[in-house]
Amino acid sequence: MTVITDAAENVAGAGVSGSGRVRRLTGGDKIVLGLMVGVPTLLHVALVWVPTLVSILLSFSQWDGIGGLATIKWVGVQNYTTMFTVSPTFWPAVQHNIIWLVFFVLLPTPFGMFLAYQLDKSIRFTRFYQTAIFLPVVISAAVTGFIWQTIYDPDNGLVNSILGTNKPGTSYIEWLGDSHLNLWAVLVAASWRQAAYIMILYLAGLKGFDPALREAAALDGATEWQAFTRVTFPALRPINIIILVVTIIESLRAFDLVYVVAGTNGTKPGLELLSILIANNILGESSLVGYGSALAVVLLVISLVPIVSYVFQTFRKDQQA
Amino acid sequence: MARPRPGQLPTFDRRSALKVLLAGAGLAAVPGLAACGSGGSTGGASSNTVTFGSNGSDAKPKQAYQAVLDAFAKQSGGLTAKVNTQDHQAFQQNINSYLQGTPDDVFTWFAGYRMQFFANKKLLSPIDDVWDKIGANFPQAVKDLSKNPADGHYYFVPIYNYPWGVFYRKSLFQAKGYEVPKTFDDLINLAKKMQGDGLSPFVQGFGGGESWMLLGTFDYLNMRTNGYQFHMDLMHGKESWTDPKVKSAMDSWKRMLPYYQAGASSKKWEDASAALVNKTGGMMVIGMFVGQSFTNQSDYEDLDFFAFPEINSQYGTDAVEAPMDGFLLSKNPKNPDGAKKLLEYLGTAEAENTYLSIDASNLAVNEKADTSKYGTLQQKAVKFVADAKQLSQFGDRDSDPGFIQNVVEPAFAQFVQSPNNSDSLLTQIQSQKSQYFQS
Repeated sequence: MTVITDAAENVAGAGVSGSGRVRRLTGGDKIVLGLMVGVPTLLHVALVWVPTLVSILLSFSQWDGIGGLATIKWVGVQNYTTMFTVSPTFWPAVQHNIIWLVFFVLLPTPFGMFLAYQLDKSIRFTRFYQTAIFLPVVISAAVTGFIWQTIYDPDNGLVNSILGTNKPGTSYIEWLGDSHLNLWAVLVAASWRQAAYIMILYLAGLKGFDPALREAAALDGATEWQAFTRVTFPALRPINIIILVVTIIESLRAFDLVYVVAGTNGTKPGLELLSILIANNILGESSLVGYGSALAVVLLVISLVPIVSYVFQTFRKDQQA
Repeated sequence: MARPRPGQLPTFDRRSALKVLLAGAGLAAVPGLAACGSGGSTGGASSNTVTFGSNGSDAKPKQAYQAVLDAFAKQSGGLTAKVNTQDHQAFQQNINSYLQGTPDDVFTWFAGYRMQFFANKKLLSPIDDVWDKIGANFPQAVKDLSKNPADGHYYFVPIYNYPWGVFYRKSLFQAKGYEVPKTFDDLINLAKKMQGDGLSPFVQGFGGGESWMLLGTFDYLNMRTNGYQFHMDLMHGKESWTDPKVKSAMDSWKRMLPYYQAGASSKKWEDASAALVNKTGGMMVIGMFVGQSFTNQSDYEDLDFFAFPEINSQYGTDAVEAPMDGFLLSKNPKNPDGAKKLLEYLGTAEAENTYLSIDASNLAVNEKADTSKYGTLQQKAVKFVADAKQLSQFGDRDSDPGFIQNVVEPAFAQFVQSPNNSDSLLTQIQSQKSQYFQS
C-alpha cells in the first residue's frame, strides 16, 4: 500500500516542482483562456442546463406540443400527483430501474472484472477470447434485441428447446411474454453486453498495471485473492470509479434493448422503465409533454443521487490530499 | 512507470468529451439544416410542382404511390408531384413536428379521430371544393368518415380500406365439419370443439410491440355488446370505462381467453399466423392483411372470413371494423391549386385502380373502381364493407393514439395475462383518461 501511495506522490510531485509562480497573462493569453473556458461553458449551458431547466419548468404544465407557447397550460404539481397516485406504470418503472441497477452491480460487473482478470494472465488464445467476449458490445443494441428474441422464442428458441419447455399444455415458458419473467430475461440479455463492456475496460486497466507489484505481493506470501483485493484492486482505483459510473449510467439509461424486445408501441407489462415511459409520453402523435417532463425530472433526481455522492467523495479526497 | 498517471486521465477525458459534444451538436444540427434546405427549395419551386409526403415506405406501397403520381403527371398538363417518402412508423412518430414545420402539400394519413384531431388543431385545410367534384364516387359511410363532425367540413380523400373479421381455412372447416358461428355462444362452442380436436382455436399474436393487435378483438366485442355509438363515445372519452357495459364486453373476452394459442403474448402476428397457414390453428381475429402470410396461392384461395358473431341481437353484426387510409391537405400548402388538383385525381377510380393493381392487400373504396380482377376473398370483403351499417376505424384510429398506446394497450396486455384483474384494470384506464381528453 505505502509503495503505491509513495509512487503516486512522486509522480504528482514531479509535475508540480518544476513550475514556478504563474506569470502575468498577456492580452492574447486572456483571449485564448477566455475562449477555452467560454466556449465549453456556453455549450454546457446551452446543451445541459437550458434543457434541464426547461424540462423542470414544463413538468408543471399540460401541453400536447401543438401550437405556440401560449397554448401551454400551467397546472402546478398535478403531473406529479398523477404520477405518484394514479399512474399504474410509474412505480413499477422505478422498481424496475432499481432492480436493473442492483442486478448490474451485483452480477455482470463483477463477472466482467473476473473475465478481465483471467484474460490478463496471458493464457492461450487470449486474443480470441477477448474478441469473442467483446463482440456483444460492438453489435448494436437493436441487433442484440433481435438475437435474444430468437433465443427466447417459446416454440423454437434455444432456451426452451434445451429445457424442453416448448410444449404447450404441459410445460411452456414464455420468457418475454410473461410479465413476471420478462424483466429477468431482458436483464440476462443486457448482462451479456454489460459484462463484455466491463471486461474490456478493466482489461485496459490491468494492462497498465505494473506486474512488479503483484510479484512483490506474491513474494511476501500473499494468496491470489489477497493480491487482488489488497494490491490490484486498490491500485486500479481510477478504473474502478469509471466502471462504477459506467454501470450506474448504463442502468439508468437502459432503453434500447427493452424498446426492441417490448416493441416501439406502448409499454409492456413487466418491462416498464422510466426512460421508456418518458419516450412514450413525449414522442409520438398525441404527446403529454408536461407529464413526460415530470417523469424526466424524477429520473434526473434519481440520477443525481449517485452523481452527487460521487462528486462529494472525490472533492473530499482532494481536500484531504 | 507503467501505471496510468492519475493526472493524465482527466485531461484526455475532458478533451474527448468535448469532441463528442461538438460532434453531437454538429449531428443534431444536420437534420435541422437539411429540413430547412428542403423546405426552402420546395417553397421556391414553381407552381408546376406539388409535394407529396408519403408514409408508404414498404416496397409495395412505395411502388404503388409512385405509379399513381406518374399517372397523375401524365394527365395533369404539366403539373408534377414530388414524393417524399418517410419510414412508416417514423412518419407517425414525427407527425406533430412535421405538421407544425414545413409539411408537404398533400400527405398520407388515416381517417377517424386521428384525422379529426389535427383538423380541430387547425393544422389541415378543408377541401370541400375537392369533394364537390369527387363526391359522387363514394358511398355515404365513406363520405361521413372523410368529414370532421366538429365543423362539418371535408378534410380527407380516401384511397383504400380493409376489413377486420374472423379468418379461417375453408378446407379445415369442411374436413372437420365445423360451421361458421352465428352467435358468440356458437363461437365459444366451436372453439371448445377445436380444442378437443387438438387445434389452437384462436390464433393470436400480440407479443413484441404488437399489443395493438388486442384492440381489434376489444373493438368488436364492445360494438357487438354495446353498439357502435357507445363504442365511439367510449373511444372519444365521453363514456366511462368502469361502466357495467364495458365490464360485460370484458366478460365475453374472458370466455375467449382459455382458447387462445399458447405463446400469444410472445409472438408477433406474423409468426402466430403460421398456425393458420399450416392448419394447426382454427380462427384468427385480424385484418385482411393476414393474407400477406400466405405465400402459396392455393393456400391463399382457401382463406376465408366471417363477421365477428353477434352478442346482443339489438346490434347484430351491424358494425364492421374497416380502417381507411387516404390523404390530407396541409395547413399552408405551397401550391394550393396544384394540391387540390392532385387530391381530385387521387379521388378518381383511375388512381385507385392504379394503386391497387400494385398493392393488392387492400380494397377500393371508390364505387367506380374496377373490381373485376378481385379474387373471391376480396369480392366478399368488398360486399362485407358495403353492407355494413357503421364503419369503425380501429382502436388507435378512433381514439387518442397516446391514450390507446400508453394506457389502454398496456392494460389489455395485462388483462390477457391476469383476466381476473379486469375490474381494477378498467379503473386504471378510467383514472388516466382525463390526461388525454380535456373537454
